[in-house]
Amino acid sequence: MDFDPSSDYPLGWRRPDLVRTPAGTPLAELTLAAAREGAFGADELRATPETLRRQADVARAAGRAPLADNLERAAELASVPDGELLEIYTALRPGRSTVAELERWAAVLAGYGAERTAAFVREAAAAYVERGLVR
Amino acid sequence: MTSSGRFAARAEKELRRELLVSPWPELGLVAANGPADPEPELVLADGRVVRLDGRAAADFDVIDRFLVAHGLDLEVAPAAMALPDVELARMLVDVGVPRAELVRLARGLTPAKLARVAGMLDPVELMFALRKLRSRRDPGNQAHVTNLKENPALLAADAAEAARRGFDEMETTVGVARYAPLNALALLVGSQTGRPGAMTQCAVEERRNLELAIRGLVTYAETLSVYGTEPVFADGDDTPWSKAFLGSAYASRGVKVRFTSGTGSESLMGHAEGLSMLYLEARCVSVVRAAGAQGIQNGSISCVALVLSVPGGTRAILAENVLAAWLDLEVASGNDAVASHSAIRKTAKLMGQFLPGTDFVTSGYSVMPRRDNTFGGGNYDADDLDEWLTIQRDWQVDAGIEPVPEDEVLRVRERGARAVQAVFAELGLPPVTDAEVEAATLGYDSRDLPDRDRAADVEAADTLLARGTSGLDVALALERRGFGDVAEAVFAMQRHRVAADYLQTAAVIEPDGLVRSAVNDPNAYLGPGTGYRLEGERWELLQALPHVLDPARVGGGPSPGDTVSRGGIVDEGGAASRGNDAAEVVVAVGPAFGAEIRETINGLDHGEVLAAICDGIRAAGATPRLVRVRRAADVAFIAHDAALLSGSGIGLGLQSKGTAVIHRADLEPLDNLELFGMSPLYSLASYRAMGSNAAGYALGQRVGPVPTELDNYARAKLIVRTTLLHACETRAVVPGAPAVELALAAAPTAVR
Repeated sequence: MDFDPSSDYPLGWRRPDLVRTPAGTPLAELTLAAAREGAFGADELRATPETLRRQADVARAAGRAPLADNLERAAELASVPDGELLEIYTALRPGRSTVAELERWAAVLAGYGAERTAAFVREAAAAYVERGLVR
Repeated sequence: MTSSGRFAARAEKELRRELLVSPWPELGLVAANGPADPEPELVLADGRVVRLDGRAAADFDVIDRFLVAHGLDLEVAPAAMALPDVELARMLVDVGVPRAELVRLARGLTPAKLARVAGMLDPVELMFALRKLRSRRDPGNQAHVTNLKENPALLAADAAEAARRGFDEMETTVGVARYAPLNALALLVGSQTGRPGAMTQCAVEERRNLELAIRGLVTYAETLSVYGTEPVFADGDDTPWSKAFLGSAYASRGVKVRFTSGTGSESLMGHAEGLSMLYLEARCVSVVRAAGAQGIQNGSISCVALVLSVPGGTRAILAENVLAAWLDLEVASGNDAVASHSAIRKTAKLMGQFLPGTDFVTSGYSVMPRRDNTFGGGNYDADDLDEWLTIQRDWQVDAGIEPVPEDEVLRVRERGARAVQAVFAELGLPPVTDAEVEAATLGYDSRDLPDRDRAADVEAADTLLARGTSGLDVALALERRGFGDVAEAVFAMQRHRVAADYLQTAAVIEPDGLVRSAVNDPNAYLGPGTGYRLEGERWELLQALPHVLDPARVGGGPSPGDTVSRGGIVDEGGAASRGNDAAEVVVAVGPAFGAEIRETINGLDHGEVLAAICDGIRAAGATPRLVRVRRAADVAFIAHDAALLSGSGIGLGLQSKGTAVIHRADLEPLDNLELFGMSPLYSLASYRAMGSNAAGYALGQRVGPVPTELDNYARAKLIVRTTLLHACETRAVVPGAPAVELALAAAPTAVR
């Protein structure tokens, strides 16, 4: 059955069939007993980009476009390693980066397929130049 | 100038520790509608914003630029901005205009317009608007859980109690940064012991916070602060883009995120740019919505005392909550930092959020005594809990905290502490002793806890992080130690990350794992008969405070089902007739005296009271005669009947609760010689004096009234008992029955 963002929320409650871990384990198989047997590890217990996109669809269907945009960025960032995530955050802080450095981070993001977030960083760079917030 | 005793007394009150200042707009010390606030303005050209609230595009600061890029819905904006301020303001309080329509219009409103419209509402209108605009159907509350010793057993016990009391979320922090993983762990274990589904956070530096979240040791964050002017934003070491990126980063790791802002911060940080607090906050909430946050913690938060120093501060804080709700954000509405030294003043402020109900009425109710609140919070704390619960009961309002009996509180506290003890043991962390568990369960605050080896704890915290211990490891450790139910609850919190349902607006998690948010449980309030109302089972629960008494069990008389027989105080004789002795005083007692009711409201034994009165009469040279009036329970009629029966024409009437009247036969029943209405204050000596005075009237002597005392709290304290005692007396009335002779029984209450 197709996903309907206006009626399938909460996903974990109404559409567990659509929810999987990054390694593909279905939600129904995520039990404490299975964890005890080592069927999956802690790093499996996180949302996939697909699930985050579905949450973005839910938010959009509920009329919350900025929240949907945020969750779409989150979907993209799900595959960016923790360390780089924090480095990009630091780079976006005021006076931390040159335009070229921000452009490099945008390119890194694009490399992870995070096109929307890359555009977000480029947009920030343009605003920072206007407001003297680049290094 | 001569000085007034009353002004001097008022100047000494706690309230006066706080400064009130007159507005100084240049410093941003003006609550709303500041003289320099821009006129609402939005000019589009070729589908682009060229002017916004008094600024041309070239002059847009980083906030304006972000709002133009991500905030304003240009399809809605022209029509929304064209609506007159007063029309929008009226729509906010028009029960016929649904929330969805207001939320739609807000997408197209500039900060100046938002501030202008909210600034038009008076406090009651603001409360009504908030009631209508809250995103989720029902209100909730958030707890603060910390202690000065950072003791894990106490953190877990407090978290368990907080969850059991119905807090949807709880927040801890650290005194020493390295403690973060241990505190987060204690909160996770404790919370899930108290009630599965309670969400937790540990307020620490972002990098560490994200790390805890990735490990599954916390589920939400609200540390993302935004500000209303560019210089303050930069001083906070962020921009709207960096904060929005961080918000997305958190969401990518399955963390519920709430931003933080509040009136007064720009002024405090010295760059309010001459703008009013409410206007700057309108910019903040607009940025928060544009960043895609599901919610915000606002309502001045830590600057509350600054905002309250200027005229209209309390109203402005409520207005900022309204703005956040209008922009469709979850609202955790402050009330955590101490707002005032004055209990009256801070609670008057609280009502703005308490009565309409917000997603989190406080951003942190201190479940432990204020002294242990390391947030510098504790506006309301453990000692205030009964007041909070009573005010909920008074107003029939759900402000998110449930009454729980003491034995149940102790049960969950101990189990929370035991669970964290087990996890520490299983993970090889420094042991939590049985003495710590016991003190955490029963103690008042962290001073009751034994000291831990803090060096060992922080070392263990580092190890925990280095080993990468996760929420799943915690669940497995709990299971191995026999805490199966807590293990399942902790595991469920990990599993929630996979579906990420709690990333939607105003999400909370039910004990059965259902995520409820503004998506599947929205506020559909449209006036009386709609929306969330405190009724049914929930109302039964919130009115049943542990110290509420069964009225049938209040009072001095036997309770229903009470079969214990007690010795007689008085013996009844035949019908009483009028006496001939000109030196007698008839003492008449009420229908229930010495029978259904056996002591006065002040706890004096009825036999001893009668004996004291008789003693007073005799000592003054008159003769007492005792009767019982059965036809009336009112003290005036009891006393007047006594006077009519008395050979001297003087009677003393005594109600069972202890109220007495000295009467004379020729007076109207509701007139009297002396009325003794302060029965809670009377001692046996008082009753002796009443007897003595009655004798004086009988003997025609000059009588000075018995001195009376006054206790202005007696009514508040005793009106319930008075009502119940009087009801008992009234039930004993036999209509039309004549008075009967009465004698004091010999024992056990003999005359002293």
